[in-house]
Formats: sequence, C-alpha cells, structure tokens
Amino acid sequence: MAEPKITMKEVESVARLARLTLTDAEKERMRRELDGILSYIDKLRALDTEGVPPTSRAVPMTNVMREDEPRDSFPQDLMLANAPDRSGEFFRVPKIIEESPEAS
Amino acid sequence: MLTRLTIHELGARFRSGEATPSQAAREYLDRITSFDPKVKAYLTRTSEAALGQAAESDARFAVKKPLGLLDGIPLALKDVFCTRGVETTCGSKILKGFIPPYDATVVAKLRAAGGVLLGKLNMDEFAMGSSTENSAFFTTRNPWDLSRVPGGSSGGSAAAVAADLAAATLGTDTGGSIRQPAAFCGTAGLKPTYGRVSRFGLIAFASSLDQVGPFGKDVADAALMLQAIAGHDPMDSTSAPVPVPDYAAALSLGVKGLKVGIPDEYFIEGLDPEVEAAVRAAIATLEDLGAQTQRVSLPHTEYGLAAYYVIAPAEASSNLARYDGVKYGLRVPGARDLIDMYSRTRGAGFGAEVKRRVMLGTYALSAGYYDAYYGKAQKVRTLVLRDFQRAFELVDVIVAPTTPGVAFTMGERADPLQMYLNDVFTIPVNLAGLPGMSVLGGFTRTGLPIGLQLIGKAFDEATLLRTAKAYEGATRWQERKPELAA
Amino acid sequence: MSDAYEVVIGLEVHAQLRTRTKMFCGCSTAFGAPPNTQTCPVCQGMPGTLPVINRRAVEFGIKTALAINCTVNADNRFARKHYYYPDMPKNYQISQYEEPLAEHGYLDIEVAGASRRIGIQRLHLEEDVGKLVHEGSLETAQSSQVDYNRAGVPLMEIVSMPDMRSPEEAAAYLKALRAIVVYLDVCDGNMEEGSLRCDANISLRRPGAKEYGTKVEIKNMNSFRNVQHALEYEIKRQARALDTGERIVQETRLWDPDRGHTVSMRSKEFAHDYRYFPEPDLPPLDLAPAWIESVRATLAELPAAKRARFMKDYALGAYDAEVLTQSRELAGYFEAAAKGSPHPKTVANWVLNEILRVVPPDDEKAIAACPIKPADLAGLITLIEDGTISGRIAKDVFEKMLVAGESARAIVAREGLTQVADAGELGSVVDQVLAEHAKVVEDYKAGKKAALGFLVGQVMKSTSGKASPAVVNSLLMEKLPKV
Repeated sequence: MAEPKITMKEVESVARLARLTLTDAEKERMRRELDGILSYIDKLRALDTEGVPPTSRAVPMTNVMREDEPRDSFPQDLMLANAPDRSGEFFRVPKIIEESPEAS
Repeated sequence: MLTRLTIHELGARFRSGEATPSQAAREYLDRITSFDPKVKAYLTRTSEAALGQAAESDARFAVKKPLGLLDGIPLALKDVFCTRGVETTCGSKILKGFIPPYDATVVAKLRAAGGVLLGKLNMDEFAMGSSTENSAFFTTRNPWDLSRVPGGSSGGSAAAVAADLAAATLGTDTGGSIRQPAAFCGTAGLKPTYGRVSRFGLIAFASSLDQVGPFGKDVADAALMLQAIAGHDPMDSTSAPVPVPDYAAALSLGVKGLKVGIPDEYFIEGLDPEVEAAVRAAIATLEDLGAQTQRVSLPHTEYGLAAYYVIAPAEASSNLARYDGVKYGLRVPGARDLIDMYSRTRGAGFGAEVKRRVMLGTYALSAGYYDAYYGKAQKVRTLVLRDFQRAFELVDVIVAPTTPGVAFTMGERADPLQMYLNDVFTIPVNLAGLPGMSVLGGFTRTGLPIGLQLIGKAFDEATLLRTAKAYEGATRWQERKPELAA
Repeated sequence: MSDAYEVVIGLEVHAQLRTRTKMFCGCSTAFGAPPNTQTCPVCQGMPGTLPVINRRAVEFGIKTALAINCTVNADNRFARKHYYYPDMPKNYQISQYEEPLAEHGYLDIEVAGASRRIGIQRLHLEEDVGKLVHEGSLETAQSSQVDYNRAGVPLMEIVSMPDMRSPEEAAAYLKALRAIVVYLDVCDGNMEEGSLRCDANISLRRPGAKEYGTKVEIKNMNSFRNVQHALEYEIKRQARALDTGERIVQETRLWDPDRGHTVSMRSKEFAHDYRYFPEPDLPPLDLAPAWIESVRATLAELPAAKRARFMKDYALGAYDAEVLTQSRELAGYFEAAAKGSPHPKTVANWVLNEILRVVPPDDEKAIAACPIKPADLAGLITLIEDGTISGRIAKDVFEKMLVAGESARAIVAREGLTQVADAGELGSVVDQVLAEHAKVVEDYKAGKKAALGFLVGQVMKSTSGKASPAVVNSLLMEKLPKV
C-alpha cells in the first residue's frame, strides 16, 4: 500500500479551516475517502503541463465593468427576514472569541 | 390529456382555444398529486401561485395577446434557482426555510415570458452528485423504473419531464448534471456554452463550470426554453455578450453534409454494450441522413475527471463558505461561541458528499497545495480544451455516449469514486466550456433509456439542435413514455 | 536602548474610495444610514449572487497609482481571500493577490529638512467588510451585532516598502499619502471615521545588519499622532526586550491610545491560510493604455508640486506653504486672494491667521461658503496697504465682513473708519492729550517708556481708533520734547 495521501492530523486541520465539525466516525471515513480520491487525482502529475497556461473558459473575456450608478438597496426588513437571530436592525451572532485577521 | 403534450403542442391548443392555461395547470397539478408521491420529483409546490399565473395567461389568450410561445406553459425549476418569496433549499438542510428576496435572472425571464411555475424540484445537495441520492430530503425515482435513480444532480428536473409532471424544466450542469439525468430519464437535456445563460441567482457550486439549461420532452421544446433564457446579463460578469440566434430556425436544417466526429476515447472498456450499440446505431442513422462521420481523438479525456475533481470542489469549498448560520438558513442552537456555531451548523447542515467536497476543495487550495492541485488542474483544463479545438477544426459536431451505463438502482453506487465515474463523458465538456446535449438514443432490453450525447463548438448550440432534431425525427424514440400507475 | 537599533517601518494604508456605489454592486456608499438599509443580495452575500466591478473604483485606483509613481499593471485580476468572520458576508473577501492593479511606486517625504524617498510596493483594490457592534468590549460581549452597510464599499490598499526609519518618517509618509488621495478626490481622508486606515509593521535590528528583525504588526492607530506615539512606544518596548536578550514574537498588537501602550491581540487558534485563488466570477482586467493615459491627464498639480511652487512664486517659507497647500480648496483660496497682490506674504498671513480661525483648512464646503471671498480679502488688504485703514481697524472690518459678507470698502465708507493720517488734524488731538495728561508726560520724560504707549492709546481712544499709528507716533516724538 502506498503512503497515505492524507493523515488524520491533516483531516482535522482542514476541517478546522473549513469550519466543519466532524464526529470521530466521520473523520475516519473522510480520511479513507479523501485518500482514495487524492490517489486518483494523482494521475494529473503524470501529465506534462510545462508552458501550458491555465484556462478558466473557452471564450476569454476581459474588462467587464459597470458604471458607478446607484441602484435602490433592498428594504431593511427584507434583508433581515431570513436572519436566524435578528436583533432589531441587526443580525446577531454569538460570542466572538477572536479578532478578525483584518481588524483595523 | 394535456399533460402528455409538448410545449409546442400545448401552445397550439391555447392559441386555437381548444384548451386554456388554467386547464393545463390544473391537469398538471392533479397529475403531480397522483404521481409525485411515487416519483418524488417535487420539493415545493406553488399551486396557488401557479393557478394565479395561469388565470392571467388565460386572459391574454382570450384577447389573442399572448406573451409568446411559453405563455401559460406549466414549468418547474430545480431548487438551485432563487425564486422570490418561494423557499429555495438547494437540496440542503442548511438552506431549509430560506426564502430569497429576489428571482434568478432566468426565473425572471421565464416569468416575463408568461411561464406558469408549478414548483421547485429535488436535486443532489448543492448540485453535488449523479443520482439525487445526495438530496438532504429524499431521493427522486426514475419514472422508467422506480427502484432506480433518475441521475443527478438535476434528478427532479429530468424525472418531472419524463413523467409528465411539468411541460419542461430547468436544471444546471457542472459536470453532467443535466445531460446525465436526461440520459437516465430519456428526455432531451441541454447544457449551453459557458456564458450563454446568466448564472445570476443560480446558487453556485463551481463558478467556472456551472451552466443553466433546459429539459424538454423533445428537441424543439428544449430549443424553445433555451431561446427564452439565453442572453447576456449585466448582473453576471461571466455571461457572454454574444447575440442569441433563432434556435427554432436551426431545427429544420437537417444534417446533410454536416461533419460528425466520433471520439475514440469515449468508446472504452467498461462502456455498457447496450449503450455502445445504441450510440453506434445512432451514428449510422446520422450517416443515413447525410452526415459525414469520421473518427477524432480527444487524448486528454481520461484526465478530465481528475482535473474536475480538483477544480469543482475547490470552487465549491469557496462558494459554500457563506453557509454559516449568520444571515440565512440553518443555525444550530446552543453553541458556546461563534466558531462553535459555525462548525456545528455546517457539520449538521451539510450532507456527507458536500462535506467531502468541501474538505477536498479546502485541501486543494490550502497553502502549499495550490500549485500541485488547483494550479495543475487548470492547466490540464487547457489541454482538454485544446483537444476539442483541434477536433473542431475537422468536424462540426461530436457524437458520443452521454454516460457509460444506464440508470442504476438506489444505493448501488455507494463508493464516491464509483459515483464520480458516471460523469467521465460529460465532464470534459464543462471543463472546455462547450455546449453539450443529451437526447434519447434508444432503450435497453429491459426498457431503460439510453442517452446520446452531442458536443458542439462554443456558442454553436444551433448545430447541436439541428443534429438532435434530425436524429429524433428519424427515430421517434421520444414518443415512448414510462408507464406510471397511480 | 532604542538608539542602539535601526528601526524599520512599513505602513499599510486602506483608503475608502469616494465612489457613489460599492465595489461590486449598486448600493450607495453614503455614510450614516440606518443599519442594513444600504445592502442588497450581492453585498450581503446571499446565495446565487455575483459581483460586477465598479469602473470608477478602477479609475480611482489608476489615478492614485499614477500619483504615487507606480507602474500600472494593465493585466490585473481579482482574487478571493478566505477567512471566516461575521463582518464578511461571503466568508471570503474579493481582493487582489498575485496580479495587483499597480506596483513599484514611491513617495518623497520631508522630515527635519531632509528629503527621503519611501518605496511603495503595491496598490490594489478590494471590498470593505461590514461593521460589528459589541455590547461592551469584544472580550466581554456575549453576542455581537452586524451591520452590512459598509460591506462592499471600495477600498484601495497601499503597501509601502519597509523604508521608513523613524516614527516621524512614518507620520510624514502618512500625511503625504493622505494629502494626495484627498487632492485627487478619491478619498476623503477621514481617519477618525475610518475612511483612511493605517496599520504598521515595525522591527528593530542592529545598525549595519543585513537581515530584518522580527516584525510586529500594529493596528488601531486612527490619527497621525496615534501612529507616531504607537510606533514610539513599540520601539521602546522592542528595544527593552532585545536589550535583555528576549526574542520578539511575531504577532499583531493593538495600540491603546488611552493607556499609551500596545497590547497583544488574543492569540489566534490557527494561522491564517487565506487560500487565495483567482476570482472565477470576474474576468481579468486588461486596461487599455489609452484609458490609463486619459486618467493621467486628469491628474492636477499634486501637493508637493504646489508647495514648491508657492515657495518659489510667492516667496513663502516651507511651513506656510505646507499649511496653505494642505487642501486644494485652501490653496485655491489663497491663490485667488494673492492674485496680482504685490505682497503675497501679507495675504498668506491673513489666510493663515485670520481665515483659518473661522474655517477648517480641509473642509471644501466651509471654504467655499466663507462669507469673505478671496477677492474681498484682497480688497481689505489693499485698504491697509494704501493707508486707508490701520491694521487694527482692519481686524474689526474683517469681523464685520464675516457677518455681512460686504466688501471692506463698503464697510469702511459706511462706518467712517477711514484712517486719519492728516498731521494737522491729529496734531490738535495730540496737543489735547498731552495737555490732559501732564503727569504721564512727566513720567515719560523721567524715563518711563511705557508712558508713551499710554499716550498713544489716549490718542487712539480720542479718534475711535482711526488715527494712523505711524503719524501719531511721529507727532508725539516731535511734540513731547517741546512740552
């Protein structure tokens, strides 16, 4: 059997990055399944892509922009209507325990 | 029975006065009540609103001022499209109860054309899957054999058309999610060129691959739906400012002199012999109709699946980051703090396949892995595109199987990788951003539909449609319908 | 000891752009609206929504890039920067990463008479995040509230090279950069309101060392003074640590202006992996050279050039020139008033000392609305220079002009404020005063020089301030010895 492509530690670290709570059973299954998929994906390495540019689309486009013209915003009530926890004019979230990496 | 008719046939009845949109809407709603408990295509039914829209359409026909060929036609939409005021779940628990305050552009277009919206259709969660078994709610059944899957992710959209539970539907295709269920359910299903149809309001799975497309009872219906939804949208920066041709005019052009390519790499070990036979027979039919066939090679086909399973999950992991319990959808109560809330909500709200792809995608984009995975896959994508570009220097359209097999039974493909292999013939078309279509190409001995895939040049849906139409006319497979006991 | 080390400072500035609408949707950017009333499905990151680039934001970015001597990258592209936070609607920010709008610029600054060139690494565009409101402080709040009005407002991020060597240089750089963005009208430069934000990276090293020391990021400095003080504190802190052999921790610290120190931000659970990749919903930009050139043509005279010109053309000192050019409006006011004046320095003094008493130097509306127009000020100064009124009377006239918006000439005529300079007329007044205050005259003759001032004052009082001080003085000098 080849080296595992992904370790349990990596599974846990990726789950944290993705903000996913996984049960122990899920973690184990995930590790096995991701391992299988990553092994399959490895066949890409065999391909020589030296000098090949990356593509996003068949028909390239550039410079798609709009004018700085205001459009009506949506009414406050409508934008808050789906809030799982609405607090007056705001969305409410539980206790934040860390600063934003971009806090200025 | 109005529900058996195509859009064209139904529209003719409306115009002649033989039937009204309200009658059609009621017949469809009754049929849904009788048969959808078996087929399970619908997640949400908007019966009252539909009857209201039908009544308005009645009035227009009464004064001979219909909005167009879609006026009064009962339609349904994959639950991936935001519909203002109507619950939109994307097949997921994490969006259960979400009521969008706006319509997707394609929805607005269908409404403006007078379409009557019957409801929202079941799908694999966040469009990730090939069988609709990944829906958080239930699995849709294949109308041809209720123990089998309809395909996915637009399983509900395909099944609804096949079972006459809507005159036509919209789905989305990221790696085959229109074409594969169209093949499994025996309908016409079209994935337009990337950028042909607006993605605004389509709940994103993989941004550089997703496209909106129609399911129709026949090729002409699919063409009509495409006509209604195609076109540039200033709200979607990836939508192409390419004029929309008259697709109906293309339909009657036939295939005389058309150059048809047959890709070597799509006739592989593992292709169901009945599927192969049907496709080969289809090629012979096209030759009889005057097309010239030749072999072409798309050598990077086998790498397409691997590239797709890096790019799509990577983009999905990013697009799904917003589902976090803050502004809409599910929030798991009782969390200690914000991070706990995020993780528990996403852990509970996402199903196994979605979690798998989010993990895979997050991994592929993470520090140190980007070049080896996403970066590499985007380069392989160029190679896949170049294969098609080279082939299209020689031919006008490519014909191939849509899927390696026919509809399988529920639970049969439990292994994720096994499931992914369903899409091996459809994925390269998404990677290249080209248009692709599946039409009914026959049946197996046991009566399961076989799909014939057509692949075209960018923005050349017209050639796909004329080829499909000619083939359909010569074979008339679409006249056969599944038998559904009430 | 701080001076044993070389200080290395880099600044990262975020400027909110003065476009009418947000970076990727048509919602208004106006400040002060009720919470969540300036949002739409796009800037709230609702499912299915897509961004569309605001052309004017790109234009403002190009304009600024040219003004700070950057190379504009015709090919540039947006990218997604991922992290989870409730003020981020999509949990990724659309920013620019490997292909920014502009790079490799510089800004020349002056500190203590020396000129220094500070390199600018890059300038890129991105979207702002929403606002979080905590009950109490972030540490104690059990929940927080989110307002997305600000989410999606266009931001321009300008990253300097680590070329600054002192807090003074950092403050000077920030001032110069602010002056430019305000001059260009791309940003209103309001640090207190947060339309201009500054973070610093600072490290210390032994002089002559090739490698940089461990850098610390400092945030929460919302004024020039705070930037300078925070950096001064940080230098002391790091120097103390290094002196005792401690290692500097690479971290982010927040400046606490009330306590005058920096505090380490709560340690984060995991390092930030932003998982950048090119934004698939936005085709790349390929800026036409013609567009870039047309933007270059709209660049008006920048602060530094204007300052130099004022010093040369109007013979002003560096300090006066700097104050007068801190805003385009003030500089314009001064120039209009000084046009054709033989003594621009006088005009400058009046603007600096009197006009700036009543008008904020960078409030374009207030300057435009000032009741005393540049021509009026020029008129007042002319009346002083041609002897019509004295300097003291002029100050009174100035106050009256503020109220009425009338011309100086009209006020002087109406109130009969014309200076009396006729020696004959004044002579009799002087005689009168000398006669009435014989004791004071005695004091003066006895050597009390201050008595002269009293006598001058009495003449002024007697003439309601209209006497020409020069003539009064010369008359007194002439007559006193004779009494």
